[in-house]
Amino acid sequence: MGTTRTMEILVGAFMALGFVALFFLAMRVSNLSAAGAGDGYALIARFDNVGSLKVRAPVSMAGVRLGRVESIGFDAQTYQAVVTLRIEPAYDQIPTDTFANIYTAGLLGEQYVALDPGGSPDYLTNGDQIEHTQSALVLERMIGQFLFNQAQEGAQ
Amino acid sequence: MVMEALARLGRSGLAALAGVGRAHMLLAAAIAGLPELLPRPRLLLAQIYNIGVLSVLIIAVSGLFVGMVLGLQGYYVLNQFGAAESLGVMVAASLVRELGPVVTALLVAGRAGSALTAEIGLMKATEQLSALEMMAVNPVRRVLTPRFFGGCLAMPLLAAMFSALGVLGGWFVGVGLLGVDDGAFWSQMQAKLDFRGDVVNGVIKSLVFGVVVTWIALFQGYDATPTAAGVSRATTRSVVHAALAVLGLDFILTALMFGD
Repeated sequence: MGTTRTMEILVGAFMALGFVALFFLAMRVSNLSAAGAGDGYALIARFDNVGSLKVRAPVSMAGVRLGRVESIGFDAQTYQAVVTLRIEPAYDQIPTDTFANIYTAGLLGEQYVALDPGGSPDYLTNGDQIEHTQSALVLERMIGQFLFNQAQEGAQ
Repeated sequence: MVMEALARLGRSGLAALAGVGRAHMLLAAAIAGLPELLPRPRLLLAQIYNIGVLSVLIIAVSGLFVGMVLGLQGYYVLNQFGAAESLGVMVAASLVRELGPVVTALLVAGRAGSALTAEIGLMKATEQLSALEMMAVNPVRRVLTPRFFGGCLAMPLLAAMFSALGVLGGWFVGVGLLGVDDGAFWSQMQAKLDFRGDVVNGVIKSLVFGVVVTWIALFQGYDATPTAAGVSRATTRSVVHAALAVLGLDFILTALMFGD
């Protein structure tokens, strides 16, 4: 009887340890505590160029993450990229004239969507479109422009 | 001469196919025993103890050391690019996605799978399985079913322990010894690792490996030639086949899960 009891306790401890490890992986290692995938509301932003923006890239305002990029599509009529942003439900007071930019985190970091709040008293709701957008900076294009300017200055 | 060679080829092909068929029949029979197992949880408990609890030590120690080695090597490479803060991402992603499930499965195949095969092979060689049948007890349901489900349950928990301890080992080396920033280590890890995409996929992987490793171990034992040499061959085959199956399946699962 005593050995069975010891075995039961050990198996119980084993299972508890396993679930503690899973809990640790969920809460501490991955972002379950801040995820809430699927809920929240969607905003749509059209960009001329999204650069190397990826699905699940952060959407932030004032440097604080408000949501994630849900999908990136292409509009064959306007030749623009259609980016769907999934914003967490707590942040439901984003003005309608908000500006959406694509920035790069650091020099070589990944790209993210930064929202600059406007001054409108009305707020964006599910499915609304952000009108003012600025495309990603493409490094090659900037260098090309810089060289072009240099050449023009040299010619004068 | 040619006919003889052809016949030998055909014979070995048919034998291999028959083996695959027997393995699937055994799996189906073992799973079909679940309703009889549920009223007797003590049988399952004993097998979780054999396969899970007794493997905790080797899993914990290997997880810790694998994480510490990842911390050292990752720091060495990442520091050259001034990206030492990404050490947490590297250690956690490689552990949760790949190393945790795969190394755990290999270790369990070596520690518990071989023991399962030897135990069942010996039961067969000493005609204990036939004795059970004589007493109108279905040996597959009584002996194999609890072992199968014990292995399937124990593997994901062991893999989670391996990954968690590995992350802690990487943290100890990175933050404790090499001076990576503690906050950046965890925050970058949390920002880059997704619960559903990384952690849940890792658990699914280890669940699949648990099924495959236990299944191979049970089948090799049940199908062993009932002699001393047969059981020894079956034990070797159990470990080799399980390792190959785990590595092959890992490639397929990775391609399916992280393909895009």
